[in-house]
Amino acid sequence: MAEEMKAKLKNYKTAPFDSRFPNQNQTRNCWQNYLDFHRCEKALSAKGDDVSVCQWYRRVYKSLCPISWVTDWDEQRADGTFPGKI
Amino acid sequence: QNAASPIMEELIAFHDHALMIIFLISSLVLYIISLMLTTKLTHTSTMNAQEIEMIWTILPAMILIMIALPSLRILYMTDEFNKPYLTLKAIGHQWYWSYEYSDYEDLAFDSYIMPTYFLEPGEFRLLEVDNRTTLPMEADIRVLISSQDVLHSWAVPSLGVKTDAIPGRLNQAMVASMRPGLY
Repeated sequence: MAEEMKAKLKNYKTAPFDSRFPNQNQTRNCWQNYLDFHRCEKALSAKGDDVSVCQWYRRVYKSLCPISWVTDWDEQRADGTFPGKI
Repeated sequence: QNAASPIMEELIAFHDHALMIIFLISSLVLYIISLMLTTKLTHTSTMNAQEIEMIWTILPAMILIMIALPSLRILYMTDEFNKPYLTLKAIGHQWYWSYEYSDYEDLAFDSYIMPTYFLEPGEFRLLEVDNRTTLPMEADIRVLISSQDVLHSWAVPSLGVKTDAIPGRLNQAMVASMRPGLY
């Protein structure tokens, strides 16, 4: 499982087609991956597990989300005003 | 401009097809009008015109079907699921674009229009920019378009791409050029 993940991460070219978001509007795709990464990180670090499996979500949201959006959301999370549930 | 991507070729072919049909219809109508206006014969008792009414209902229906089928084919072709090779983000600002390539590291730069007084001879006025965006050819590229402030639109005519840049929304367009060049 972890080896497949590492292989996938090594061969990462760009965010692949996500069939949950097949249409032109990819805003939700970006948002969902950002949430998934931070939820994964929070859940696994609470249990003390290895966080590197969450790296897939991180690569995807980094590919998809504009950098300005990511910095805004990071600041909101630091302030506690982030609108999503993490 | 000439087509530089397979979709654009289809679009140009469809446009030629539809335009030919339009020319056909308009010349037919003009010819009939000219015939009507230049004849001394009159017919004042037109009551039962069943056959010609059938013709001029069925014939336009067939013409419309002939236009609609290629149109729908191209429409679905533009939405095809492609495996993108690279993701480019184009963010619109007033009055420049900023491009981000973040698949591996965050690479971002701004691209302003070259003011006319800086242009060398032979360069295109209002089309040259200071930092050009480079993309690999013959690769499907996903372009995600958004905006920071107001509505913009990102278009490359010879690749058949025009997508609106809306603040708060990421629009996806696929770009695949067949030839190297400056677009």
